[in-house]
Amino acid sequence: MHDVLVIGAGTAGLTAAIYARRASKSVLVLEARGFGGQILNTPAIWNYPAEPGISGFDFAMKLYSQAETLGAEFAFGTASGFRAEDGGFTVPTADAEYRGRSLIIATGTSHRGLGLPGEEALTGRGVSFCATCDGALYKGRDVAVVGGGNTAVSDALYLSDLAATVWLIHRRDSFRADPADVALLGRKENIRLLLGTRVTGLVAEDKLSAVVLTGPEGRTSELPVAGLFIAVGMVPATGAFEGLLELDPSGYIVAGEDCRTSVPGVFAAGDGRTKDVRQLVTAAADGAVAATAAVRYVNSL
Amino acid sequence: MSVVKVNSGNFAEEVLGSDRTVLVDFNADWCGPCRMLAPMLEKVAAAHPEAKFAAVNIDDEPELAVRYGISSIPCLIAFRGGSEIRRSVGLIPPDAIAALIKG
Repeated sequence: MHDVLVIGAGTAGLTAAIYARRASKSVLVLEARGFGGQILNTPAIWNYPAEPGISGFDFAMKLYSQAETLGAEFAFGTASGFRAEDGGFTVPTADAEYRGRSLIIATGTSHRGLGLPGEEALTGRGVSFCATCDGALYKGRDVAVVGGGNTAVSDALYLSDLAATVWLIHRRDSFRADPADVALLGRKENIRLLLGTRVTGLVAEDKLSAVVLTGPEGRTSELPVAGLFIAVGMVPATGAFEGLLELDPSGYIVAGEDCRTSVPGVFAAGDGRTKDVRQLVTAAADGAVAATAAVRYVNSL
Repeated sequence: MSVVKVNSGNFAEEVLGSDRTVLVDFNADWCGPCRMLAPMLEKVAAAHPEAKFAAVNIDDEPELAVRYGISSIPCLIAFRGGSEIRRSVGLIPPDAIAALIKG
């Protein structure tokens, strides 16, 4: 059994591993896909202290190497929950079980989908959740962005330099995004706004060819596009822990700045926790706080 | 076996004409998840000599990206006998990579 079992190898989880190892505790980090988490998708980071312009990949690699050099162990698997037993916690995955005296949940968030039929199958075949990742594959073609927040507006601005026409579709009549960015939309001749409009269907054979729109008066139409970029927010990746500890109505793990959850010995770190500011630096901070609390908990056993 | 770089000039021979199952990793230098996937792909390649592993840089080989309808990377496509048998988009763990070349 490890002293500290961390679920999720993003910035929060890897930072927790560093702190727990420096406190001489044994650490296992369980990761579902690959190290680094969400920051991997960021081409350049400009708001992390002392590392202006570092790429998300370089940041993630440095963080992973630091944790590994300090002796953190790693395993791949998707946690399906946890059980409290024998003075610790057991985390099952599809083909193994992992045990820790304390548990840090750092599973973060994932992109919210529109919930349309075919959406999942078309992801990577015309449907995308990352304009900076996939925009280059739509050079000179028509694309649509759906959403009304900062991500949607900045995605539309980014794509306008690559795509032929960018349709920005938003169900409300005004944007929640930064007014400065919204003002820029009007200066881009190839960005066309479709307000009061929802995306209600996807048209595709092998890959996306059009989206079905439902306008303000309930009329539907088809808009031919090669790509649809979905930017309608994030949802916490905490489904596996439903019923095991307290979640807020949106699914975030209820925990204060001390990262303590409703279950003693289980801590929450990073974007999946109830908090105001979801940023790289606060994810790292949570990792430090959660690990320190976990170490204290283990010492008290 | 390590991962071999392929291009439009040798794709037919190296991938489509191979007598083994070939897993092709469509990637780009600017794609963080692709760079994180690469070392995992190397490890899977070393453990599976029965298959062949190839990589296509989509910036250098836009024709191949269009031909295979790549619209999101990393994209792994498994070929057998010249035809696509499986496809996966996004960062996936080693077991899931290995599952693409099975059976």
